[in-house]
Amino acid sequence: MLIDRRDFLKLGAAGIAIGAFPGIAFASTELITKKGQRVVIVGAGFGGATAAKYLRMWSDNTIEVVLVERNPVFISCPMSNTVLGGTRTISDLTQSYDTLKNKYGINLIQGEVSAIDPDKKTVILANGHLTYDRLIISPGVDFMFDKIEGLTAQVTDESIPHAWKAGAQTVMLRRQLEAMPDGGVFVMSIPAAPYRCPPGPYERACQVAAYFKNFKPKSKVLILDANPDITSKKGLFMAAWKDLYPGMVEYRPNHAVTKVDVAGKTVSTEVEDIKADVLNIIPPMKAGMVASMAGVVGADGRWCAVDFLSYESKVHKNIHVIGDSVSAALPKSGHMASAQAKVCVAAIIELMQGKQPDQNPTVVNTCYSMVSNNEAVHVANVFRFNVEKQAMISAEGGGVSAARSEIEGDYAAFWLQNIMSDVLL
Amino acid sequence: MKIITHQTSVIVCTILLSLTAGCATHRVDTHARNIASSCAACHGTNGNSVGGAPVLAGLDKTYFVEQMKAFKSGSRPATLMNQHAKGYSDAEFELLASFFAAQKHEPR
Repeated sequence: MLIDRRDFLKLGAAGIAIGAFPGIAFASTELITKKGQRVVIVGAGFGGATAAKYLRMWSDNTIEVVLVERNPVFISCPMSNTVLGGTRTISDLTQSYDTLKNKYGINLIQGEVSAIDPDKKTVILANGHLTYDRLIISPGVDFMFDKIEGLTAQVTDESIPHAWKAGAQTVMLRRQLEAMPDGGVFVMSIPAAPYRCPPGPYERACQVAAYFKNFKPKSKVLILDANPDITSKKGLFMAAWKDLYPGMVEYRPNHAVTKVDVAGKTVSTEVEDIKADVLNIIPPMKAGMVASMAGVVGADGRWCAVDFLSYESKVHKNIHVIGDSVSAALPKSGHMASAQAKVCVAAIIELMQGKQPDQNPTVVNTCYSMVSNNEAVHVANVFRFNVEKQAMISAEGGGVSAARSEIEGDYAAFWLQNIMSDVLL
Repeated sequence: MKIITHQTSVIVCTILLSLTAGCATHRVDTHARNIASSCAACHGTNGNSVGGAPVLAGLDKTYFVEQMKAFKSGSRPATLMNQHAKGYSDAEFELLASFFAAQKHEPR
């Protein structure tokens, strides 16, 4: 069922009105006194943190930046599958926000947004509000738990982790794999594209298999994919499964999980019911909740349409959306979110000076997947703006590794080191 | 046809930039800076790599362009730079080279 676009906008506006008038909006005070032109950024993942640093850097510190983030520290989702494999710990992927505050003069507020008022250009938090000249939201993804009967946020926190946002659930999944007896079956499910990190699930299968190979060689990895085929780096993943983990990894396409029996660790697909020893359901995804609060989610109810010259929302002026929440033919990756952040803030700086943004944004995406403890494969693309299509289109020459290699495994580690430094230090 | 117009204007401005300091300096610098910023994920902020990938900050402009052309033709083997190089035009190699050459190398 398609909701009429105008009705959808009305619904969105109603939601905002309710959210914006719980009394606190009238009584609340500006959390940080606004002195000059200000950009408020909600979400300090790869997209939002990059936007904050580069706004300060490229504006010679003339634009005020307030960064709102609910988590106390940054944890990288890229490379977090290696925590399951056992070659990294979560602390290896964790970085503080202190340098953004101290070196770049970014006002960091740890807290959650409760509402956004696009007309008053105000972001409302529990203890006050922030007014903005422009707002950037980088809310990542939220999960559509209602698409899988029996699955809830609580279930994923307590017993069947998705581990698709690096952190406590990643650690829980690793513990479950450690506790599993040899000869057990690890069952993971992949949602229909688009979802965050296209090759990520297949990398996860490799990492769990790498752990099994060394510690639980009689165990199996069973992949239930809602997609008709492997969505990224297909030949490279198939070669890794065949060469490195023979007889251990089984891949079943067109297997969308529709139901879970939590106590029985059993999932149902349209084809069959499957019992797991360790179960990992990666649920279908949509734009993060903050996008709904801002009323910038499109008619599909999932993703946000933007102008690719500035990442300004097609729904509300002065609200920019970057990262996984954007509706685009771009991979939902940390590198892409960071690259979009730079295009977005360059445009905002120009727009605030009454100038036209760069008309030819060109970005790269480099994505490594660890297929064993020390070998990686990549996919690399340049994307540029296409005027006729009003979209970011892959340029000539993109592609994947010729074969997995240890040198790419080293480069993958260097990639993480450099991007975390570029985003946060 | 807007793309061609824009690319032409970039090339024209690049030439003029070397002749007269005043010509749309901001415009051209900003575009070079913007496209170069996407290299930072592997090569560090402003080309100051903190590990593994080569430091691009302060690199000789001619050397940079030669290497990118070698990646593009395949005469210099690489893991993925052959693929990235094919995504850029020779004019963009020049822009990137100018930007990185002008960056200060900040040893860690």
